[in-house]
Amino acid sequence: MTEPLKTSSPVISARSLNIGYRDETIVSDINFTLDRHQSLALIGTNGSGKSTLLKTLVGLLPAVSGSLEVFGQNPGLVTRRIAYLSQFQSSGFILPLRAVDVVTMGRYANAGLTGRLSGEDQDIVQTSMKRMGVEKLRDKTLRSLSSGQQQRVYIAQTLARQADLLILDEPTTGLDAAAREIYQQMLRDELCRGASIVVATHDIQEAMDCSLTMLLARKVVAVGRGEKVVTPEALLQTFGITITLGKKPGITVIEREHSHDHPCDD
Amino acid sequence: MSWLIEPFASNAFMLRALIAGALVSIVCGVVGTYIVLRGLAFIGDALAHGVLPGVAVAILLGIPGIIGAAVSAVVMIGGISVITRKSNLSSDTAIGLLFISMLALGVIIVSRSTSFSGDLVRILFGEILGINTQSVILQAIATVVILITVAICERPFLLLCFNPEQAQISGFSSRLYHNIMLAMIALAVVISFQTVGTMLVFGMLIAPAGAAALLARRIRTMMVYSSLFGLVSVFSGLLISYFFNFSAGSTIVLVASLIFFAVLLFKTIQNSRQKQKAVISHD
Repeated sequence: MTEPLKTSSPVISARSLNIGYRDETIVSDINFTLDRHQSLALIGTNGSGKSTLLKTLVGLLPAVSGSLEVFGQNPGLVTRRIAYLSQFQSSGFILPLRAVDVVTMGRYANAGLTGRLSGEDQDIVQTSMKRMGVEKLRDKTLRSLSSGQQQRVYIAQTLARQADLLILDEPTTGLDAAAREIYQQMLRDELCRGASIVVATHDIQEAMDCSLTMLLARKVVAVGRGEKVVTPEALLQTFGITITLGKKPGITVIEREHSHDHPCDD
Repeated sequence: MSWLIEPFASNAFMLRALIAGALVSIVCGVVGTYIVLRGLAFIGDALAHGVLPGVAVAILLGIPGIIGAAVSAVVMIGGISVITRKSNLSSDTAIGLLFISMLALGVIIVSRSTSFSGDLVRILFGEILGINTQSVILQAIATVVILITVAICERPFLLLCFNPEQAQISGFSSRLYHNIMLAMIALAVVISFQTVGTMLVFGMLIAPAGAAALLARRIRTMMVYSSLFGLVSVFSGLLISYFFNFSAGSTIVLVASLIFFAVLLFKTIQNSRQKQKAVISHD
């Protein structure tokens, strides 16, 4: 289920990219490159442009101007290679769906409009649920699950895509400590597989664990390796408050145990 | 028990009404499921009422009302699409604008003609007992078209219900399939208005599907429950109207609404009992 990918880098290349809605630019002059096995974390306040950038990378929003290539193409042309976990899932409490039905939707991109879901597809669904620790919730209805359990099911759906690029918008919302650990392991496994990940998060520690960190405040405050760009000054510019690095548990940890670029070597 | 069968066995118009009502139940059960799950009730309501001017003009011109209804539905869907694309207004506002415009136009057309008194009642409340074989055949064809569409588009429709962005990312154009869904709703309205009328077709789209949503664990099951609730409404509504001389279309929709409230009451009692059990076992 986790065969190495055969894609060539770079996965994402953004040059002088301006993003926004219609004529309104939210963030301008974005420049970065993301390769295989790499992860990029976006941090910033609400409304800072994180979700707008993610939607642009996925192809849901056109770039206002500038150059953006995902797998060497316009992002709208490669949606099938991208898995996207959006911040808001609609109708979670109305839809009569079982957890397994939600995860199975992750295989629709491969199966197409009427293609039969194969035994392999079912195996991928099962494995994805197992990886997120929701296999026992398989036949439970979505509306009977807690918000944290629902979030794990949504992440399992994203995994079932077996995509080359994972775009995750605040994926740890509602997750407890154990689920966050499962999620972190999943991220490491996906990077080992050769996938690339872009994640919007409010967790500075999670952002520091990524290969690259971008601080957004309706402009790019900084982008680069976390230990270099996540400074008290940059955090002040990003969040408008002073955050003391490494002194408050759960806010920031500068020291990292794993290598950024070779998560599979650990 | 012969009173259950006799009205349909000895009256051809009752049998045709039952068949037409059964087809409406299936169509509204399936389409209503998506209306309820996607929160499209307002557009369903607007379409149900917005077909009035088309039907009125069709009657004035002496052509089948179903053609006028179809033209009205196309105008409404097109108008809603144009307004939402050309402005920053929400689709609700666009639907509301088209809804009141079309309804007002329909009332003006009807009020300008003296020959409409009986027809207006027929348009608003249907003529299930007067439906002819040709209309039943037309309904059957439309039912098959809708069922085939749902079978083919099941995946994008499901993704649209879940999250339209996921539909887009999965390679299904959310705009295209949303429009197909709207066209399906319009077709359901157009073929159902003759049976239960423009005022009541909305009830058949919402009430059985709403009741089914409270019980079902899967979308296909919801469609089956919804259709069954519709069938029960049609069968019992026709019988009640036959024996008590009530308006058939209105009785059918009232029964459908009563089924919804009965299911709601059942679920409320069931949930409170489950909560009580949970509290007792916790203690």
